[in-house]
Amino acid sequence: MSLRTLEELKASGELKTSSRLEAVLKMGHIAVTSECGPPRGSDPKAVTEKAALIKNHVDAINTTDNQTAVTRMCSLAACIHVKQMGLEPVLQMVTRDRNRIALQSDLLGAASFDINTMLCLSGDHQSFGDCKQGQNVHDLDSMQLIQTVRRMRDDGKFLGGDDIKRPPKIFVGAAANPFADPFEIRVPRLAKKIACGAEFIQTQCIYNLDKFEEWMRRVRERGLHEKVFIMAGMTPMKSAGMAKYMKNRVPGMDVPDEVIARIAGVPKEKQAQEGIDICVEAIQRLKEVEGVSGFHIMAIEWEEKVPEIVERSGLYPRPQI
Amino acid sequence: MIIASKKPIEEIIQEVKDYKRLLILGCNECVTVCEAGGKKEVEVLASALRMHFIKEGHEKKIDERTLERQCDHEYLEEIRDIVDNYDAILSLACGVGVQFTAEKYHSTPLLPGVNTCFLGANEQRGMWTERCQACGSCVLARTGGICPISRCAKRVMNGPCGGSGKGKCEINKELDCAWQLIIDRLRDLGRLDDYEIVAPIKDWSTERSGGPRKVVREDVQV
Repeated sequence: MSLRTLEELKASGELKTSSRLEAVLKMGHIAVTSECGPPRGSDPKAVTEKAALIKNHVDAINTTDNQTAVTRMCSLAACIHVKQMGLEPVLQMVTRDRNRIALQSDLLGAASFDINTMLCLSGDHQSFGDCKQGQNVHDLDSMQLIQTVRRMRDDGKFLGGDDIKRPPKIFVGAAANPFADPFEIRVPRLAKKIACGAEFIQTQCIYNLDKFEEWMRRVRERGLHEKVFIMAGMTPMKSAGMAKYMKNRVPGMDVPDEVIARIAGVPKEKQAQEGIDICVEAIQRLKEVEGVSGFHIMAIEWEEKVPEIVERSGLYPRPQI
Repeated sequence: MIIASKKPIEEIIQEVKDYKRLLILGCNECVTVCEAGGKKEVEVLASALRMHFIKEGHEKKIDERTLERQCDHEYLEEIRDIVDNYDAILSLACGVGVQFTAEKYHSTPLLPGVNTCFLGANEQRGMWTERCQACGSCVLARTGGICPISRCAKRVMNGPCGGSGKGKCEINKELDCAWQLIIDRLRDLGRLDDYEIVAPIKDWSTERSGGPRKVVREDVQV
């Protein structure tokens, strides 16, 4: 795809929001996002210091929403800290903890800070976290949350039907897991998310490149890559132990034995570097796959490695907007 | 049917220890079928309590009775004549039966002897599994006859979530993923294309969220 300028895009009316991620993707750049997991405490530095490590190497920064169902600083507050640094946050919202009143309310709150990119998720089950005895909400599911955001943005309406004053102009993303079962509905499921209004996708961490490429082939077969921007999810492994943990303990994760063997095949002190190398090689290979529009690099508690990964993958410098 | 499980005997002992004259009241419906609160369980519990209190040196009168149903005025009337002989009733009915009995016999303490668990089926001998959460607005026509509300841990209406692996749920590898079951059944019915129909945002006002519910049928009222 040839690159387009921001002016061209603005003139054509194709930009629905002021989201930097939307602009980068629609200009035709390979986009790069990363994430900051908010802290288990109230110190804003835990967010701003992580964001500072990656700010020059990514287009936007996801802030996770009580990931693995462990109670943390709220995603919206973390987004505000990122925004106040002049950076572009991506608000992750799960449907586990809030009903439709709270979700819509938080969307308005986000938009009031000009947070204009979000990712809609269902969230890990609370039994994984620190509040196993708590209730879950799931008033809406992730697809219905996508529909809700689009309705609020495009129709300027609340779910209850009333008009919204200054509707939230939010670029809407969803997750996709090419590796979850049953495989045969992974692509139909993506189609469903697109039908609900998803404009970009951040995938589950990819280690099984063959399976991901097969998924992408099926995505292209249905022309879905032309309807949504697909960002491939990448998480560098720090050690063979982490690789095994990801394979065996993290739901919906597909880590082939070869990957574990490769990282376990080097001495312990070199495993982290091997993990980075595997990640960089994967990005270089997937950059060539038609329909892959960007990369979402989730370097969990290892944000300082994001610049190296981005640079070595040939994704630096990032476009100025 | 309503599935219940027996409360631990230690908990029951704590509940009843201060009452001298106790009636253990079983129910011949669901709790009989799920073997938690029928005539047989009333007998077993009564014997266990008698033995316990004899051993402790407490004299107690513990009687047994099992009604056809505790969720029906008609059958609850059968104990009107004897209720005053007891300081408390330990009901082995579901939560409905316990409450209905309490409403009818206002001045007699009513204690629950079982935990009411869910609406389920007798999957195999000694195993009952959930099938319905009484949401008041059935979606089974759209989901291949398998309920995502009662059988998915996140009650995802457009599933499966990313945690489905090898047909099992992320919270428990022994638990079937409801959406895997739905997809398998849609495929077998030749209706897999229906998978892509987006389930609309659900009106939860007909379930618990809408407050205590009532069904009124004027055509059958007398």
